[in-house]
Amino acid sequence: MSEEKPDLIDVQINGEWHKFPKGTRMIEACRAVGADVPHYCYHPKLTSPGNCRMCLVEMGMPPRPRPGEDPPEPDEDGHLPIGWMPRPAIACANTIAPNMGIRTTGELTEGCRKGVMELLLANHPLDCPICDQAGECTLQEYSVEHGKSESRFRERKVKKPKNVEVGPRIRLDDERCIMCSRCIRFTDEIADDPVLGFTDRGSHTVLTVYPGRELANNYSLNTVDICPVGALTSNDFRFQMRVWFMKEVKTIDTNCGTGCNITVFSRQGKIYRITPRQNNDVNSDWMPDSHRLNFHWIDSEARLTEPLIKLGDSHKPAAWTEAIALASDKLNGIDGSEIAIIASARMTNEELFMVDRLSKHLKVGHVDTVARKGENDGYLISEDRNPNTNGVKLILGLDDPGSQIEAIKEGIDQGRIKALISLQENLIDDAGFTAETLQKLDFFVHSYPLANPTADLADVVLPGACWAEKSGTMINVTGRLQRLNEAVDAPGQTLTPWEIVRDLIQATGGGNGIYSVTDIFNQLSAEVSEFDGITWGQIGDLGVPLIETGVTIPLLEREKERIAQGIIVG
Amino acid sequence: MAIVCERPKLKWWEHLYLPALAKGMRVTLGHFFKIVSGKKKVTMQYPEEKWDDHMPEHYRGAPALVTDEQDRERCVACQLCEFICPPRAITIHPEEIPSDDKWAKVEKRPQSFDIDMIRCIYCGLCEEVCPEQAIFLRKDYAITGTSRAEMVHDKSKLYEIGGKRVGLVNKWNELK
Amino acid sequence: MDWQLIIASVIKIVGFVFLTTLPLVALSVWAERRVSAAIQDRVGPNRVGPLGLLQPVADGIKFLLKEDFTPSHVRKGYFWLAPALTMVPALMTCAVLPFGSKIFGEKMVIADLDVGPLFVFAIASLTVYGIVLAGWASNSKYPFLGGVRSTSQMISYEISLGLSVVPLIMIYGDLNLGRIVQNQAEHGWALLPLWGEGLSLKGFILAIPVFISFIIFTTSMFAETNRLPFDLPECETELVAGYHTEYSSMKFALFFLGEYAAMIIGSGLAVTLFFGGWSLPFGWLTPESVDAEVPWWHGLIHIGTFFAKVIAFILFFIVVRWTLPRFRYDQLMRLGWVFFFEIALFNVVLTAILLIIFK
Repeated sequence: MSEEKPDLIDVQINGEWHKFPKGTRMIEACRAVGADVPHYCYHPKLTSPGNCRMCLVEMGMPPRPRPGEDPPEPDEDGHLPIGWMPRPAIACANTIAPNMGIRTTGELTEGCRKGVMELLLANHPLDCPICDQAGECTLQEYSVEHGKSESRFRERKVKKPKNVEVGPRIRLDDERCIMCSRCIRFTDEIADDPVLGFTDRGSHTVLTVYPGRELANNYSLNTVDICPVGALTSNDFRFQMRVWFMKEVKTIDTNCGTGCNITVFSRQGKIYRITPRQNNDVNSDWMPDSHRLNFHWIDSEARLTEPLIKLGDSHKPAAWTEAIALASDKLNGIDGSEIAIIASARMTNEELFMVDRLSKHLKVGHVDTVARKGENDGYLISEDRNPNTNGVKLILGLDDPGSQIEAIKEGIDQGRIKALISLQENLIDDAGFTAETLQKLDFFVHSYPLANPTADLADVVLPGACWAEKSGTMINVTGRLQRLNEAVDAPGQTLTPWEIVRDLIQATGGGNGIYSVTDIFNQLSAEVSEFDGITWGQIGDLGVPLIETGVTIPLLEREKERIAQGIIVG
Repeated sequence: MAIVCERPKLKWWEHLYLPALAKGMRVTLGHFFKIVSGKKKVTMQYPEEKWDDHMPEHYRGAPALVTDEQDRERCVACQLCEFICPPRAITIHPEEIPSDDKWAKVEKRPQSFDIDMIRCIYCGLCEEVCPEQAIFLRKDYAITGTSRAEMVHDKSKLYEIGGKRVGLVNKWNELK
Repeated sequence: MDWQLIIASVIKIVGFVFLTTLPLVALSVWAERRVSAAIQDRVGPNRVGPLGLLQPVADGIKFLLKEDFTPSHVRKGYFWLAPALTMVPALMTCAVLPFGSKIFGEKMVIADLDVGPLFVFAIASLTVYGIVLAGWASNSKYPFLGGVRSTSQMISYEISLGLSVVPLIMIYGDLNLGRIVQNQAEHGWALLPLWGEGLSLKGFILAIPVFISFIIFTTSMFAETNRLPFDLPECETELVAGYHTEYSSMKFALFFLGEYAAMIIGSGLAVTLFFGGWSLPFGWLTPESVDAEVPWWHGLIHIGTFFAKVIAFILFFIVVRWTLPRFRYDQLMRLGWVFFFEIALFNVVLTAILLIIFK
């Protein structure tokens, strides 16, 4: 035992002594030294009821001396001998104690796991071929590791409700449920919408939704993620694709300023689902349903797949060189002060940096982005519905993004602005422009992933890649620099916005030397003081804090409180 | 540990290679004369002679889907065959069985099931991996077509080749 | 120039080269496929014509009808030149081979040169240019490797090929192939001295260096014609198809024909030098001398004998191809330079000594 660090205590795990801070759960201590303990009900972000019994381990403490007997002698390292207890203990709800011994292997532990598995499988249907969880099901995994290949039960399996609509987005199969109660605790503790619960007893226990209520809150799909089996499945993803076919790409959500860390699952260029990825400084383990499901437009029919040039009243497809040449010819013929650029706060820092270059190169009079405000839902959704407003402030130097939009409208109406470059923003639907205003322009370049009313009026329409098709960095509301990674290939001839802007700069006679996103990032970190010294690789999967904004995320604040109170592990 | 492979020590006459050459010639010429004299017959004159009558039980021909006694399609679109298929000849799009269907309790079925017979290598792994005994390799071997599209067997074609198969484990027919 | 010579030469060229050797090429391709099939317990081409004998015709039509594709990355001039350069030398060497004795007072050889074997080696060594050009002009890695391999292989084995013939020339004291054959007809074939003067101690003792020569000559011939077990310039397991990977249609056919033509000419030379050319064994139907007149039907029998021997030799080529595995390249070079070269040199010396002893 070390005197200089009194908060660290010695624990023996599988015969080796380790030091852990006081109050660590046994399961976390084991995990830290690589001795993973199988578990179903335990989740570090939720309370630990200890009801699945899968994490039973063999535990021991120094034997207490009988009256009159000498206390046990410590060995040369100062460790006392361990008296192993005949009964196992759950590792998830118990904390470590000084000189404790834990065995995650051995006859007792393995016997316990075997027994628990056999009972869990007693009523579990063998419908893995149609179960969406197959491939990422912990029951399958532990069954392989600890289960038997045959059941000893002669009885018929208990029939329970199947294919139950518990909410608008979730289907429940009660036969598959193993009563871990993670979903119940999540809806109660995190989503504050306690609509789930167990009814009946014994083998007939079923998970049910409160009569007359439904699991409809905006965080309900997180229960599907934390369900260790296929009891809760997402209607959106149900029967769409087996998980083992899909490619996983770590990226971030762009639906609001929080920038939830996500994993995008895709196969052959089609996105099938999005799940939250743990980042305790951004989104914990969760994400809102509205953001999670907002990806189906990415492979829709409405995608623009080739550059278009307006000829008379209609658009005709053109080659990129043709479209860019036309745009640069027109822009070169108009004085910079008569050009406006409306960029987007949905663009990455790199793209905004290129926009900045373009505006300086053309000496553009007006540059702004479209602001999107919403309501903070008190959990993860920020009131800023743009993912990179902080990036706009830093890189384009706008103090209040969106404030000049009205001035630009006026300028066009009064004929002071003759050309407009709109990048990744649908001006008519999202920025309040009218068709009349846009028709007054001499020349209008528009880039957007989807066909839209604004594109109908543009002289040159350039297909720009959406968030899942590009790499880059964004700064979230708390000032954290996070990386966006390309999950799928952009359809057709679509180019990423930074490539479009680079080509425009080049065609109008500007500089060159940029061939990749990292090239831009290197220049960005050299030119913008806040990015000083940050490298592309340093950002990693979880991002780095870049600036102080003072904004906090309500859900994380509550989580911190609960960790401090010792309710959850965190 | 590296495996040490001892080279055989050759005698001087073996170094000449001539005895080995003679031995080799004896083998090849032996085969040559046996075939030429008609003592041995190995190959079959395909279009005239066919193997159909004595096709062995283990012959692996075209893969096909089968239905059970009640004409239910056995396949539940688990996509394990698509996963195991070495040449990636199989493409499955699953769908949910509508609730008014007689077999709604099975929940899942293939919306489309395509096997590209140009790609198929008749390995039989799909049959081996199938947890529902839904795909079998039949004895059809003369798979021809005049276009690539024709060589892709879709669901109806696969059921046409496979037909009904009785006497298998019926997982879904009991009360579920 | 007298017209008789020109007309006789044209008839001989057309008759021997175009009406006999080229069909023989086609036929040996058929034989190759049938024999290999029989060796491997198969049937081989048996659909076109009786026994599949018209298969070469079908093949020829196929080659002619295929698209003559020239890849964009090749050096066109050399790419087109290369197949001709392999085909032409192979056929040119026919000129000095005596394929019969005499018919109607006309010698059955296109050019009765006094430097027969030298002419053959000189022209045959030009074949390597075709292969090297093909490999280089294809501008692609496998043909290039094939071309490089083929150059070194052919240059290496030309030496032992040439040296292996020297003992024979010493024994006959002549370079005219016609007279060499006549000599063998009278005094026993080089390898089978069983009649005439050959039936003596000298004949038998001299057969030893001749046998060594024969082994070296035949093996080197395999290497020169790029046939298994020495087909490293085109070995498909390593080089796809070697120097003719980029060729298709008739240009490929020319390579193919050139290879078989070279094999036939090689067989013809071996037969002429070691097995008495057109002569029958035991001095049967042997003319009095080179210039003596023979009845026309004797001439026909001699021509038939020559081709029978050549065909037997071709069959030997084919059987060897389907018997032996391919050598490794270093083994090939070692065999050529370390063994055959030395043995051939030693053989020359041995023959000289024997000739002095049995003077």
